[in-house]
Amino acid sequence: MALLNITSPHTHGANRTGRIMRLVVYATFPGIAALTHFFGIGVLINVFLASITCLAFEAAVMKLRQRPIMFYLRDCSALVTGILIGVSLPAYCPWWLVISASFIAIVLAKQLYGGMGFNPFNPAMVAYALLLVSFPLQMSAWPTPLPLLSDGQTTPSLVAALEKIFFGTHIDGYSSATVLDIMKQNAGLTLDDLYKKEAVFNGRWAGAGWEWVNIAFLIGGIYLLYKKVFTWHAPISMLAALAIMATLFYDSGSSNSSGSPIFHLLSGATMLGAFFIVTDPVTSAVSNKGRVIYGALIGVLIYVIRSWGTSYPDGVAFAVLLLNFAAPFIDYYTTPRTYGHKKPRRATDSTPRDGH
Amino acid sequence: MIDVILQNPILSALLALGGLSAAFGAILGFAAVKYKVDGDPLVERIDALLPQTQCGQCGHPGCKPYAQAIVNGEDINKCPPGGQATINALADLLDVPAPSLDTEHGEYSEVKKVAFIREEECIGCTKCIQACPTDAILGAAKQMHTVIADECTGCDLCVEPCPVDCIDMIPVQTDLNAWKWTLPTTNQKPLFHVVANELNLIASDRRNSDDEKAA
Amino acid sequence: MTSLTRVWDIPGGIHPPENKNQSLQLPLGEIPLPPLLVIPLNQHMGTPAQPVVQVGDSVLAGQLIGAADGTFSANTHASTSGTVIAIEDRAIPHPSGIAAQSIVIQPDGLHAWIEKEECADFRALDRLELLDKIRAAGVAGLGGAGFPTAVKLAPKSTQVIDTLILNGAECEPYITADDMLMQVRANELIAGTLLLSHILHHPEKLLIGVEDNKPKAIAALKMAIAAAAVTDPEAKKIQVVSFPTKYPSGGAKQIIQILTGRETPSGHHSADIGVICVNVATAVAAWRAVRYGEPMISRVTTIVGEALQTQRNIDVLFGTPISYVLEQHGFDANRASRVVMGGPMMGFTLLDLDAPVIKTTNCILAPGKQELPPPAPAQACIRCGLCAEVCPVSLLPQQLFWYAQAEDFDRLETHNLFDCIECGACSYVCPSSIPLVQYYRAAKGSIRQQEIEKEKADRSRQRFEFRQARIAKEEAEKEAKRLLRQKAAEEAKKKLAEKTIATSEPLEALATTTDIVAAAVAKASAVQISADEQKIKLERMVNAAKSTLEFAQKPLVPNKTNPVISEEQLVKQQVRVKQAALKLAEAEKKLADFIATQPELAAPEPLPTATTPAVATTTAIDDPIAAAIARAQAKLAISPADRIRSNIESLHSRLAKAEERVAEAKADGSINVAALQQGVDKLREKIAETEAQLTEPGANEPVAVKAEKTAAQIAIEKARQKATAMANKSDGQKRAEQIQALQLRLQKARERLAQAEAENDPNIEAFRLGVTRLEEKLNEIA
Repeated sequence: MALLNITSPHTHGANRTGRIMRLVVYATFPGIAALTHFFGIGVLINVFLASITCLAFEAAVMKLRQRPIMFYLRDCSALVTGILIGVSLPAYCPWWLVISASFIAIVLAKQLYGGMGFNPFNPAMVAYALLLVSFPLQMSAWPTPLPLLSDGQTTPSLVAALEKIFFGTHIDGYSSATVLDIMKQNAGLTLDDLYKKEAVFNGRWAGAGWEWVNIAFLIGGIYLLYKKVFTWHAPISMLAALAIMATLFYDSGSSNSSGSPIFHLLSGATMLGAFFIVTDPVTSAVSNKGRVIYGALIGVLIYVIRSWGTSYPDGVAFAVLLLNFAAPFIDYYTTPRTYGHKKPRRATDSTPRDGH
Repeated sequence: MIDVILQNPILSALLALGGLSAAFGAILGFAAVKYKVDGDPLVERIDALLPQTQCGQCGHPGCKPYAQAIVNGEDINKCPPGGQATINALADLLDVPAPSLDTEHGEYSEVKKVAFIREEECIGCTKCIQACPTDAILGAAKQMHTVIADECTGCDLCVEPCPVDCIDMIPVQTDLNAWKWTLPTTNQKPLFHVVANELNLIASDRRNSDDEKAA
Repeated sequence: MTSLTRVWDIPGGIHPPENKNQSLQLPLGEIPLPPLLVIPLNQHMGTPAQPVVQVGDSVLAGQLIGAADGTFSANTHASTSGTVIAIEDRAIPHPSGIAAQSIVIQPDGLHAWIEKEECADFRALDRLELLDKIRAAGVAGLGGAGFPTAVKLAPKSTQVIDTLILNGAECEPYITADDMLMQVRANELIAGTLLLSHILHHPEKLLIGVEDNKPKAIAALKMAIAAAAVTDPEAKKIQVVSFPTKYPSGGAKQIIQILTGRETPSGHHSADIGVICVNVATAVAAWRAVRYGEPMISRVTTIVGEALQTQRNIDVLFGTPISYVLEQHGFDANRASRVVMGGPMMGFTLLDLDAPVIKTTNCILAPGKQELPPPAPAQACIRCGLCAEVCPVSLLPQQLFWYAQAEDFDRLETHNLFDCIECGACSYVCPSSIPLVQYYRAAKGSIRQQEIEKEKADRSRQRFEFRQARIAKEEAEKEAKRLLRQKAAEEAKKKLAEKTIATSEPLEALATTTDIVAAAVAKASAVQISADEQKIKLERMVNAAKSTLEFAQKPLVPNKTNPVISEEQLVKQQVRVKQAALKLAEAEKKLADFIATQPELAAPEPLPTATTPAVATTTAIDDPIAAAIARAQAKLAISPADRIRSNIESLHSRLAKAEERVAEAKADGSINVAALQQGVDKLREKIAETEAQLTEPGANEPVAVKAEKTAAQIAIEKARQKATAMANKSDGQKRAEQIQALQLRLQKARERLAQAEAENDPNIEAFRLGVTRLEEKLNEIA
């Protein structure tokens, strides 16, 4: 036995960063499965490519920074980033888009700020937003979901998908607008008319395919909540705020309407954002109170961008990035009151302490 | 006259600007007289940051004179006993970039020291008493002297004048009250070897020297 | 008596595995007397006790061996009968591993007690007497902090205590000492509660707080209350409150919050909000101290961990080495990952297993390697916020961590670092395994250290400024006196001028003139006397330098008749140009003496006769005075170069004097020869220096300044020069320089030693030691 001099506590909970990240990875599986079901093998190729490149970039930077590579790869944070990039980029998008996204996320947004824990912005969202403004065409070219394909047609085969991704070979019936695109461009039709006109709305609640993708991510999120990987505060308040905004501005389907609450909750990247982006501990507010505010503001912003923004149909990435800016500010105003103190002390207060 | 001014835009602009500067100058001048600050609180504030060893290594006979000199534009990196911490604090106060310690004036020592007189060797010459800037040495002519350890700043000024070389600077011992935990550091040597390498993995941009040797 | 009392919740908290069953399988045990007891004198919080026994004394169990030193201290008693074999620094259980003064007792195996003073009815005694008994018994908090109990039980008159809480929460994993105690000594605990209630003027509420994972203890307590209520109605007031198990509900502040809903304001004691919280074991100890007059010499301690064969609670004597306790329980060092005193959450690792059990040892934990593995490597903080969620005092552990890392102490204080109770919940949940508590402890230590240093710096500043003021005052006084004398001299001159006019008048006025002259002489001598007095006064005021001056003057007396000396005396007078006024009277007196004893030289007869013209007489008297005046004026008017010259002159004469002194000292066999010789050497150096400066053009000013420097300033100057020189050199050069300097010093020291040997100096040993030291130093460097 060695007599070691280490400070208490001597025991430690089972929680580890690596474990948290692995659970997050597992929780994305339903969502990935749903995406793959509706959009085909391209989603898996995206996820695979993004994960590999993210891990590679992470390893390369670790090598440059002279850190133990495996130790840092084991925390799985790069893998999570890779998966999130994979699911947020359109399936069958060009390979260089995926690799650029990985580079931006890992090298620019994460490691240049000091690596894990030091990045002020969510890496996957930085990559997504940067590519969206740089390559709007490629970034909004989502393939047609399975239910809308004409009879006999299936999602592209592996070979077709690889050809499309690496050589840009055209695939028939490849691309179609998403519900959010159509909603955005709609001018004049009432929702009922719109729903009749556009096949894409041909779903149960919020458009073909996408509603199931969102439900799948919701299931993953509930699993994470159950596993106590994060608290309910940020995701639930985000969803609630989005729903409240949509309810407030829902006028039973006039031509100016931007959709029902259920439509907003189950379309676009709502659930992915709520449970996998907003909950990113590194870039969100710290206290529970702060997280409620953080989540709610993201929810409001998503609705604002979707409904009244001029160019982008979905606003999760921008809303999250804007609130990443605001997180320290929220933290500042949500300092808890310490035991034995009358009121919370702000970081900038310079009153002398009461004694110790 | 007014017509001329109005018709000549350059002239009117000049007049307006001149008038404004005269007015603001007058206000500033008045404020300078009215709100004149007596004394120099900055000297006090700088003095408060200096370690008060009164060792004179900065070239001034004490900390206060050095504080005054800093106000008069002297460098802030001439205080070896204070080390980098003092320099940083001074830089912070004066809002200037923190230079590194000017080793021309001596080197920083982590270990605090106090003077100790080997009393059986002291011949009672009072020379050290005269040299001590904080009156921390007790004694009289031809009586042995002793250092009040609590008051000694470790300035070293008494060692040289001693004719029988009976003054030692000894490091201050850490007792139970002064002991404190240290920050967990990356190059800390843990007492057990199994996880030693892993323990050093706390994210750091610096590789410790052992790693470099190994590499 | 029931659990109907409302309980509040505390924020945060964790539920680590309890691990309490292992040590509860066996009944409370005891171990044989160890071969040696080591009883530290600071087992409590506060000042260490002072030993009151000597080595070789034989002591009885319960005998006072360390007396409390002040209020915040506690008595220490011998745990068994035996002999004191040492009072020395021994390993104590402390995270630092620093040894501290302890009394080592060799037991005689009899365990003979001192005579105990029993007390059947504590209510018959005055509260202060009861407190005295508790204090005398050395009762200190057994929960972990070791706060002297008598101090806690004597709140200020302004603090009205309405609630007494007996803390039996014991929220730390593994520890069951209080649980066991409540089970087997429930009756004593109830009696102790009533005793404390009596001392605290019967507070409204008497609560025993126990976590709900100790059903046996709760049942035992309820039975004991029922039994006690038969004889003592107050016992009915005691409520056993069980509350949900959660770490760290056993912290004093936390259990107060749970049981009363009140928070102790930061920086205050719980007594300020009317609550006193005492550990259950402490209450039992207080009861035993009063009832049986039994000092605290043992406690119930949990011995637990997979590295042990037997895991149980034992009643163990203070001072029993932990290694012995472990040995008695089948400790296997190879299986243990560490040995912890206290629980796994707040205990500390022992660096020396020979450290003894003390008052605060509630648990000795010897976990196996699987049980409590070494800490995992720390990863970067991912800001997950779990730490803030579990913090029982609602701090922001994450922010504290950042600021502790950056050593931003101001921010740490505004984030209430000092409200941290170091419970370790944040480190426990941290997914990145960051040793948060260590950061906080280090930061707290640094802040405290900084405060102490600041206080010390303020004190040195004060002392320095006071010294400066004192030196300035001395200078000012000297200056004032000088001015006074100058004024007196001028007045005398004026008078003489008047007299000269008078003497130029007709001869018939001669008689009158002579009178006037006589008056002037009288006045002049009066001036002399007063100056002399001043000089003596000054001599007393100024230190040793003055006495040596007188000392040096003595040898002149037997040589008075020798005309050669007169020249020397003249030189001396020149010396006094520097301190003209001070030495004026003395010089004149000597001159007068000289003239009196050397009539052939006294051509200008000092004393007036009928034949000599009065003018001559006047001049004779005038002479020394006028000369002094002239010198004083000259001194005021001299150019810097002249000043240096006069400096040199004065230095020369000082040198001459110093040499004389050395000779004198040698003749007398004085012990100070060496120091004096050093002085001579230094003077010589100084002369050379000054002369060099004189030849240097433009160097005049600094010299003038330098001449006024104090010894400290000169030392500063030297230190600075040395430092500058050092900085300009490479390390090698520096070392060479150092060696050279040391060699020089060594050479000097050797010379001194040789001299001392030659003269049979009483300080010879000191010199010899100095030489060997220097040699050692030199060897070290070279």
